[in-house]
Amino acid sequence: MGKRIGMEVAVAVAEAVGLCNIDMAAVYPITPQSHIAEHLSDLVADGKIDAEFVTVESEHSAMSAVIGSSGAGARSYTATSSQGLMYMHELLPIASAMRLPITMAIANRAVSGPLNILNDHSDIMPQRDSGWISIFVENGQESIDMSIIAFKIAEHKDVMLPVNINIDGFQLTHMVEPFEMPTQEEVNKFLPPFVPHATLHPAKPVTMGAFAMSDYFTEIMKAKDEALKNSKKVILEVWDEWAKLFGRSYKPVETYKADDAEVLMLTMGSMGETAQMAIDELRAKGIKAGLVKLRLWRPFPFEEIKAAIKNAKKLIVTDRANSFGGPGGPVFSEIKSALYAEVQRPLIYNYIYGLGGRDVPVGDFTGMFEKVLADTANKQADTYEFWGVRE
Amino acid sequence: MALKTWRELPIGCVVSEPGSASEYHTGSWRSQRPIWDNKKCIKCGICYVFCPEGCVQQTEDGFFVANMDYCKGCGICAHECWPRAIAMIEEG
Repeated sequence: MGKRIGMEVAVAVAEAVGLCNIDMAAVYPITPQSHIAEHLSDLVADGKIDAEFVTVESEHSAMSAVIGSSGAGARSYTATSSQGLMYMHELLPIASAMRLPITMAIANRAVSGPLNILNDHSDIMPQRDSGWISIFVENGQESIDMSIIAFKIAEHKDVMLPVNINIDGFQLTHMVEPFEMPTQEEVNKFLPPFVPHATLHPAKPVTMGAFAMSDYFTEIMKAKDEALKNSKKVILEVWDEWAKLFGRSYKPVETYKADDAEVLMLTMGSMGETAQMAIDELRAKGIKAGLVKLRLWRPFPFEEIKAAIKNAKKLIVTDRANSFGGPGGPVFSEIKSALYAEVQRPLIYNYIYGLGGRDVPVGDFTGMFEKVLADTANKQADTYEFWGVRE
Repeated sequence: MALKTWRELPIGCVVSEPGSASEYHTGSWRSQRPIWDNKKCIKCGICYVFCPEGCVQQTEDGFFVANMDYCKGCGICAHECWPRAIAMIEEG
């Protein structure tokens, strides 16, 4: 059994990555991710882990460096946030098309402008279609568990895709929480050595990331789509293995008091914990409220989502980003799309909330439920609203 | 060469055969082809130097020809040829 410790989440993430026998990390510091970069560089500088820490001059270079090192066959790690992730954007689909199992933590933060350093999901949402496995975590323990698990998923021979782990900036990264930190022996047992599908080596020359014209581009995109969809099987297997070894079980979609719920709420990331308290308050008042937490964003867990919400009359989808001039929040539009062909489906409401770090106390979640329950004529269904906006 | 299906692609589209780019005949992109008028050609070799594909070759008699497997018809040779010995003509 791992040791129970108290630690800041970002530092604990770096500690957990330090247990994963990485060969290389290239991390450019950016608030609120910086503590991951700082602590990881400490671990390397102090000789606690045998890895190269590449001090790059930007996030574009960080992603370029991990693409190169992963191509060379090294277990490679990076982390970023907000503007840094936006700066990496053009390289993300290259990493996935080249099938390089890079692991990246994202300390989610609002993108400019205006400049804001606090938490929402507007940094990850524009990266949705870049072909990465995308996982959201809810608390500190999940942050470190996923940081270790991600390597095993990414490097599985049937996956070979990059993984990003979304950790809410400040609301998670800067919290001091109690953890059960796995031991080095436990991680060694869980995580096999990285066996790359190809390596850059002068003895056996290969070309990676070559040019492709219209005669092959469609086939390459199809292969990438299938690879990402097929990764779900491995993700489930690896999560089950983790549960057996460590007793902590993870599912693509998790529910809380959802089985008999008439009104459900869907959250991603750290807000799930506060929303859970709201469910308890509502249940105490006799309201049949329940919660659905979406952990796996890509590949999107269609079957699990359908199963989790099939009996609800109303579903509140919460979004921490917006698609400006579009159908509402990105999670809302995905859930609607996933349910389009279902004969029986709930009315869906969308609240865009917690933008740029705005606090969302329990009362806001109960308020959302109360507002939806008060909409007896269903006039607000299928619409989106900026929750708490000053009119 | 039969085109591969998506299932047959190597993972990550890694090219494991060095120098295999030569199998790709970029000459198929061409809409114009260079024609040398050897009466005007002074054998200076500027077409050979400037060809971005490296597909212009010198023959035994000292004149120049392009390898049509790779000539994309860009016309740089004709543009650079100062005795105006190269004409670009439309491909049929």
